[in-house]
Amino acid sequence: MGIELDFPAVLAQWPLLAKGVLWTLGLTALSAVIGLLLGTACAWARSSGPLALRWIAGTYVELIRNTPFIVQLFFVFFGLPAAGVKLTPEIASVIAMVINLGAYAAEIIRAGIEATPKGQLEAAASLALSRVQTFLHVVLPPALRKVWPALTSQIIIVMLGSAVCGQISTQELSYAANLIQSRNFRAFEAFIVATGIYLLLSIGVRALLNWVGPRYLFGGRR
Amino acid sequence: MVDFTLWDIVRNLLLAARWTVALSLIAFIGGGIVGMALLVARTARWPGAEAFVAGYVQLFQGTPLLMQLFLAYFGLALFGYETSAWTAASVALTLYTSAFLVEIWRGCVAAVPRGQWEAAQSLALNFGEQLRYVVLPQATRIAIAPTVGFLVQVIKGTALASVIGFVELTKAGTMITNATFAPFLVYSCVALMYFALCFPVSLYARTLERKLNANHR
Repeated sequence: MGIELDFPAVLAQWPLLAKGVLWTLGLTALSAVIGLLLGTACAWARSSGPLALRWIAGTYVELIRNTPFIVQLFFVFFGLPAAGVKLTPEIASVIAMVINLGAYAAEIIRAGIEATPKGQLEAAASLALSRVQTFLHVVLPPALRKVWPALTSQIIIVMLGSAVCGQISTQELSYAANLIQSRNFRAFEAFIVATGIYLLLSIGVRALLNWVGPRYLFGGRR
Repeated sequence: MVDFTLWDIVRNLLLAARWTVALSLIAFIGGGIVGMALLVARTARWPGAEAFVAGYVQLFQGTPLLMQLFLAYFGLALFGYETSAWTAASVALTLYTSAFLVEIWRGCVAAVPRGQWEAAQSLALNFGEQLRYVVLPQATRIAIAPTVGFLVQVIKGTALASVIGFVELTKAGTMITNATFAPFLVYSCVALMYFALCFPVSLYARTLERKLNANHR
């Protein structure tokens, strides 16, 4: 018995795939930016915020880190409208991805913040920097530099996780693959191609973030 | 129409949660076995093993688990195997788990000082004995905490099996939602059940980590 694979049938639908790639990258970029901000805020809240805030941030982080992304997504997309918040699939996807990334990023960034040498804080205090200035200019940049590889990995995990967003009809890459296989019944080939593209995306995004981080985010100087 | 009480929802979800647990165990044990085989092949420096394992890890860590599940589901059928959601989910999750475990364990083996290998060699132990009696016992101690921590990832990963029609906690949640039209309540319950499964494991992993670090101090 021979197995016939028909890749041209899938590749002929490249505009769909290209659109899917753009959506995947767009969702990832948007949720990476907002998610890192949320994560930084939560990391600050957990390491030096007031007690109530510390508790809230802690609960949020533990709740998200111990439940699957697909359940978070379904909760946002199907659950919230029942509570009166209507969302499009795309917005629901971004919200779920931001919430998810925020929780993991909070833990990663907190580890970086807690590794700040005490002398740095004392030096900042002796320069009469305010608490906010100290956090933004003294604590955060080296902390980000230290944990940037871990953050990069986490952003890629979120990007790969976004394949699930196709399940609520967000038109990202896995949705495109599903659409193609429903048109030509070449399911295996469609998913092989999509998987290959995801692999390239994760390699490319890692390279990009490794390049962007030191240049624009926390300064290349040591 | 049948009315669902809260207890009906919770009871049905709990029944489905058994399959989440079962699938997690299959993936974890299967992944452990495959991961260990890969680790031994790599550590033994079989020709090509190092490159193969590196590619394997990159492939499974660099692509979505959802795609791996689809590929297992449609791929096994293509090669003429009778696929159920059970087989496809077990195969995909086992391979996925093994790729992460081999990477975690590789680090743990690398953390065992070189001198330990040399000492074992100078006692005329062969490779298998060196690994079995000298290196692995030490590597295991370091490996336990991250391995238990990864179990949480596996449990959460099984939720994706719902997409290929495997009726576990998430799929049951969707089915009950379709019957009750109470998505907020049902998905809250689903999330809480995952939390109840995962949080104790996370805490245990953290305790183990702390214990290990205490010994090192």
